[in-house]
Amino acid sequence: MNATSAEQASAPVTEDALRTVLLAGERPSRPGPVLTSLTFGWRALLKIKHVPEQLVDVTMFPIMFTLMFTYLFGGALAGSTQEYLQFLLPGILVQANVMITMNTGITLNTDIQKGVFDRFRSLPVWRPSPLVGALLGDLVRYSIGSTIVITLGLVLGFRQEGGAVGVVLSVVLLLVFSFCLSWLWTMLSLILRTPNSVAGVSMTVMFPLTFVSNIFVDPKTMPGWLQAVIEVNPITHLATVVRGLMHGSVPAGEIGWVLVSSVLLVAVFGPITMVLYRNKK
Amino acid sequence: MGELAIETRGLKKSFGKTHAVAGVDLAVSAGGVYGVLGPNGAGKTTAIRMLATLLRPDAGEAQVLGYDVVRDARAVRSRVGLTGQFASVDEDLTGVENLLLLARLRGYSRRRGRERAADLLDAFGLAEAADRQVKKYSGGMRRRIDIAASLVVTPELIFLDEPTTGLDPRNRNQVWEIVRGMVAEGATVLLTTQYLDEADQLADRIAVIDHGKVIAEGSSGELKASVGAGSLHVRLRAPEQRAEAERVLAGVLEVPAEPSADPAALSARISDPERVARSLAELSRSGIDVTEFALGQPSLDEVFLALTGHDAEETPEEDAA
Ligand SMILES: Nc1ncnc2c1ncn2[C@@H]1O[C@H](COP(=O)(O)OP(=O)(O)O)[C@@H](O)[C@H]1O
Ligand SMILES: [Mg+2]
Repeated sequence: MNATSAEQASAPVTEDALRTVLLAGERPSRPGPVLTSLTFGWRALLKIKHVPEQLVDVTMFPIMFTLMFTYLFGGALAGSTQEYLQFLLPGILVQANVMITMNTGITLNTDIQKGVFDRFRSLPVWRPSPLVGALLGDLVRYSIGSTIVITLGLVLGFRQEGGAVGVVLSVVLLLVFSFCLSWLWTMLSLILRTPNSVAGVSMTVMFPLTFVSNIFVDPKTMPGWLQAVIEVNPITHLATVVRGLMHGSVPAGEIGWVLVSSVLLVAVFGPITMVLYRNKK
Repeated sequence: MGELAIETRGLKKSFGKTHAVAGVDLAVSAGGVYGVLGPNGAGKTTAIRMLATLLRPDAGEAQVLGYDVVRDARAVRSRVGLTGQFASVDEDLTGVENLLLLARLRGYSRRRGRERAADLLDAFGLAEAADRQVKKYSGGMRRRIDIAASLVVTPELIFLDEPTTGLDPRNRNQVWEIVRGMVAEGATVLLTTQYLDEADQLADRIAVIDHGKVIAEGSSGELKASVGAGSLHVRLRAPEQRAEAERVLAGVLEVPAEPSADPAALSARISDPERVARSLAELSRSGIDVTEFALGQPSLDEVFLALTGHDAEETPEEDAA
């Protein structure tokens, strides 16, 4: 059925029905921040349900990267593709999640362009809840992405020595870090004008961030100054942690590093985002 | 005049060098439709966004339903409904999901939220489209769901930013009916429009704005009266006499008479109603038969032209950028 025929079939606005809805003087009490954030999270899930194409970045990127790096470079980098896979897979898990965070900014910017954010901002709800809700919805995307990478890894012969605990801990840390990193993109999306420019700038930040790290290769053979840069990149520490957990060791100090950088990311970009959001033109 | 639903004093907002709203004073009484009429770029949306607490004024004050839009923003938000100029619901979601989302955000339980969404969809003739994504709605349906979304909790004051721009006459009429229905139930509606006939049809009072300033305010009758008595429309039996009739009318009325689209008709703006009878007598003395004549009030189009020196629907040049 097309829109026109449906419209003709449906009765136009009826005065009585309109009166009834307007006179329903119900004023429910204002919901709290948790409920409104979860409600916005529900919206994000509905969007995934209606537009499953948007999961391409969550599914195709990690698969492509795993296959490409393992089979193109694996032999050269680590002697055999199997050996390289043991090193690469935890790193790909990190890269996949970090890549998926970019989507947050692009989605938010699209909402702003379309005008639906004006409606959300005009509601009497806890102000950060549309943003927090979107980030909660993204947790589902990270989980899907992580599941795909791990499953693919196991199929290709990844030896998962850390057991279920290692996997679960890794994924939890990845979710925490990704959630925190997302505030960088929400901030960008409030500064830049179009979803395209958000995507462009995100990519420009993302590539050095993930490649100048220990995700793909051990930095031992790199020049000293580059090693120094890699050492301060939080992605490096996250990759080290996930690698450790997946292979059965618990790098406590490194976990601390990841948690501290996560907190720092939110502490810096969260408030900036909220100020921009409140004063959005 | 009853209590004021909206009161602003010296409201200002600039974007860089653009003075979008350049000192606006409004007093909108509760109940009825208040029209804000202005061409594209006049500052209508910017003004509404400040009143709906989305944008902080650079200067000036605004009270909405007695609450300050900056200091008591939350009180304002819980009492007003905003239907923005552009998409104000999520196009990817279905009609019912959009309304349920808003109902949940306003504190309805899941069950009551569903009931409320269904009632709204019914009232707006969208029951059959409830489970379709909004992006598949026609223009008229879109506008109706946009408005329905502002009524999830019945607001005391509703902002409608250009609710009929781009709609065909049938859908425009439906939106007008909705607006009239809301007013009949006691709501106050602040409506912006570029269409003069819309303001004329719906609004009890109208503020004409141009370049961020209110250039006239009043009922549509008052605005029309402020630009003169109106115009005389005359239709002749014989179209070939039109040139002569033009000369005769211009002579008596002392203003130029203009040919209309109808080859046998012409019209003239009049400043002095006394001369109308004389001009008709003069036509008859010259042997020109008149089959119809009418004395019209000036249209809001003429009002706008007289007030601003440019047409309402003409876009000011600085907007081209
Ligand atoms: N966010 C913004 N940034 C920069 N300029 C803006 C912005 N919003 C509006 N303007 C400018 O302010 C003026 C008034 O715009 P607007 O309020 O949208 O007018 P209207 O709704 O009457 O068409 C226009 O010149 C417009 O280009
Ligand atoms: Mg506008």
